[in-house]
Amino acid sequence: MSLIKKLESYLYDDDSALDREIEHSLGEPSERMQREISPETFARREQQVDDLRHALLEEEHEQYLRMHQWSVTKGAKWLKRLYRAMAVCMLAVMGVFLLQTVVALPPFGAADNPYNNEVSQRYIEQGIPETGAINFVAGMILDYRAFDTFGESTVLFVAASSVLLLLKLGDHGKNEKPTQAMLEAEWDDRHYEPKNDEILQFAAKILVPVVLLYGIYVVLNGHLSPGGGFSGGAIMGAALILYLNAFGFEKTGRFFTFKLFRWATFLPLMTYAGLKSYSFFTGANHIDSGIPLGTPGAILSSGLILPLNICVGLIVMCTMYAFYTLFRKGGM
Amino acid sequence: MHMQFVQNVPFFSIMVCMVSGIVSSMLPGRVAKWITVAASALVAAMNGFLVSFFAQGNSSYVYLMGHFPAPWGNEIRAGMLEAVLAVCFALIMLFSILGGMKKMTEQVDKNKTHLVCVMLDLVLAAMMSMIYTNDLFTAYVFIEIMTLASCALIMSRQNGRTMVSAMRYMIMSLLGSGLTLLAITLIYNITGHLLMENIKETLGVMYASGEYTTPITVIIGLFFAGLGLKSALYPFHTWLPDAYGYSTPSASAALSSIVSKAYIILLIKIMYRVIGVNIVMANNALKLAFVFGVIGMIMGSVNAIGSHDLRRMIAFSSVAQIGYIYAGLGLGVQAGYVAAVYHMIMHAFAKSALFISASALSDASGNSKRFSDLRGAGFREKVAGVCFCVSAMSLVGVPVLGGFISKLFLSDAAITHGGITMWVMLIVLAVSTLLNVLYLMKTIITLYRPAREGFCAPEVKRSRLADFAMCGFIVLNVLVGLLAEPLMQAIRLGLVMFD
Repeated sequence: MSLIKKLESYLYDDDSALDREIEHSLGEPSERMQREISPETFARREQQVDDLRHALLEEEHEQYLRMHQWSVTKGAKWLKRLYRAMAVCMLAVMGVFLLQTVVALPPFGAADNPYNNEVSQRYIEQGIPETGAINFVAGMILDYRAFDTFGESTVLFVAASSVLLLLKLGDHGKNEKPTQAMLEAEWDDRHYEPKNDEILQFAAKILVPVVLLYGIYVVLNGHLSPGGGFSGGAIMGAALILYLNAFGFEKTGRFFTFKLFRWATFLPLMTYAGLKSYSFFTGANHIDSGIPLGTPGAILSSGLILPLNICVGLIVMCTMYAFYTLFRKGGM
Repeated sequence: MHMQFVQNVPFFSIMVCMVSGIVSSMLPGRVAKWITVAASALVAAMNGFLVSFFAQGNSSYVYLMGHFPAPWGNEIRAGMLEAVLAVCFALIMLFSILGGMKKMTEQVDKNKTHLVCVMLDLVLAAMMSMIYTNDLFTAYVFIEIMTLASCALIMSRQNGRTMVSAMRYMIMSLLGSGLTLLAITLIYNITGHLLMENIKETLGVMYASGEYTTPITVIIGLFFAGLGLKSALYPFHTWLPDAYGYSTPSASAALSSIVSKAYIILLIKIMYRVIGVNIVMANNALKLAFVFGVIGMIMGSVNAIGSHDLRRMIAFSSVAQIGYIYAGLGLGVQAGYVAAVYHMIMHAFAKSALFISASALSDASGNSKRFSDLRGAGFREKVAGVCFCVSAMSLVGVPVLGGFISKLFLSDAAITHGGITMWVMLIVLAVSTLLNVLYLMKTIITLYRPAREGFCAPEVKRSRLADFAMCGFIVLNVLVGLLAEPLMQAIRLGLVMFD
């Protein structure tokens, strides 16, 4: 019987006790209030209500202390212990399973391991004639498996966009008044970050051009020697961050604005998507793409790999720099 | 081999979504929104043609992504099931954006609306890639995109609760990605392949000869744990209610219907095309999935009954429905897979409709999600009320609608399985359905009661777009029930093509 009543009340009584209280107090005034009462009865009643309220409050406070003393001191301690013990058990079980798996795996670095199969064999033996890239890795990630690499570049793009969504302050480049949050961030930046550090500036003056140049070399030479867009882009990004640290936002803002950042991620990604879409489409439909591979070893060779490396390099550089500036000041 | 032009659809679908995401980043929000809408409509239409291509009796095919054949280059693969799923999810994305567009402009900083569109585009792109991929590493790359984009979607409405839930979601989801990556590396280590067919072949030989039994078991376990964590299987669901309950309606609809389903689709794909159904079925990891699924079916509903906030209630109901899907998969019979895939589609339609209509209903009640304020909201927002009722009834399993069919097929699969599992499944299905009735009927009763005395409904500017989207959802939810037979046949055919 009581179960059915409970069910009924669940289905029909959509108010919590609090809602009912609010509704009641907002409703019509009760009859008692409308009756005439003398000042004495009024004072007496008020006193009664006051006493009752105090007693209730005290009781509640005591109850609160009693309950929370346990939960704050002993309860929390037990819970924490239980939690830790469970976590350790869980990890130990996982660890045992994974160790057992590792023991059962083929030995590390053995010549007849399963992954030394026809896949890597073709990358090594046919890599140069098929992709034109001396650097097998570049041939693999930007030609054989270029779709995955497009995905990876998009991961960087999503990451940069998410951080923009989270941390970017103010409008995009328009000449409007800086908001309070922007001013605060600016002040924080001036207060906490090094400014006009002579040693840093001197070192940066010497290092930044060299590092930047090296990054560009790693990107452009990606199909010929170890390196490529990802590593070269990281080097260029590091050079920009060093320059920013030494000379501050005002100087970097002269050549690397937010607008430039947006275009420098958009254009390479679109170029990548366009070039590779052409290549995917022709490949799947068995049409000759007509992209010359050139002489392996020459700087202008290996088909699309060089432009793709440049695209990836730009994306990586911009993402790194954007992460740094957004986490530091919420803008560029 | 001669290619027909329609066979380019998988590649076009992925590229259209990716490019519209990239282009959206440069456009102002009001334009970017329509680009996203156009992209998802285009993808749905294109995949419709692909479905008709397969319906003419053509077999599944692989599509080279470049000039190099399979184990060396990238490739994607299309079959009946892939095409059907692509149509369904593109439609859901389309209506979710249309339905939540007004709220999105209100709740997201106007300088950042275009970034939300970027995320929605990329979620759809990742969905398409996970549906069509034939390579484990490609799948992993798009898992990463999906994870980041869905985090950004949760926190696009920036207040304390969404920040905390985005953080929680990120930790849990990255843990899931890590476990999945571990499984992929182990697979690569013992087979030397990333292409699904080659892995399956090698694993089949190994399994027959009894080699590497421990790693294979651990791989299956890791895939289930990683992808289960990401799709909110019961004990790993703690990130879900806050993430779905407080973000913008479009984001909630996309997250609940697209993101969590993408991982389940990938899991089914891995079971069928990477490890091989026979090996998975013989493994005990599957029983664990069944147990978790069954517990989730009950606990999700119990939690939903206990929540006082409409959107959180719907979010908890997702936990229960994900439990149904995993229980169906965990049965380990062919009929169970078919039922699970059908349930996944049905739930995706119903849940996105519930989120979109719930937001419209609470808008008509002074932006409150409390039940006492929601009284009479069904009269104030007629389309949203009908949309909510239809999708709620579909979830409960009222005949003609999708939920009825999927519960019927789930119990049928359980009976095929027989034994103690059958009884557990049947009893839990019955109990869970009763619990569903309890909280969803309570909501419907609340929606159609006279408003609380003294409650003054605020004037809301009605959004024609949202009404249109909700009409679309009503049609989808009814169709998924009415067209159950052809859909089931398509799923069966698709699963056969999978092997």
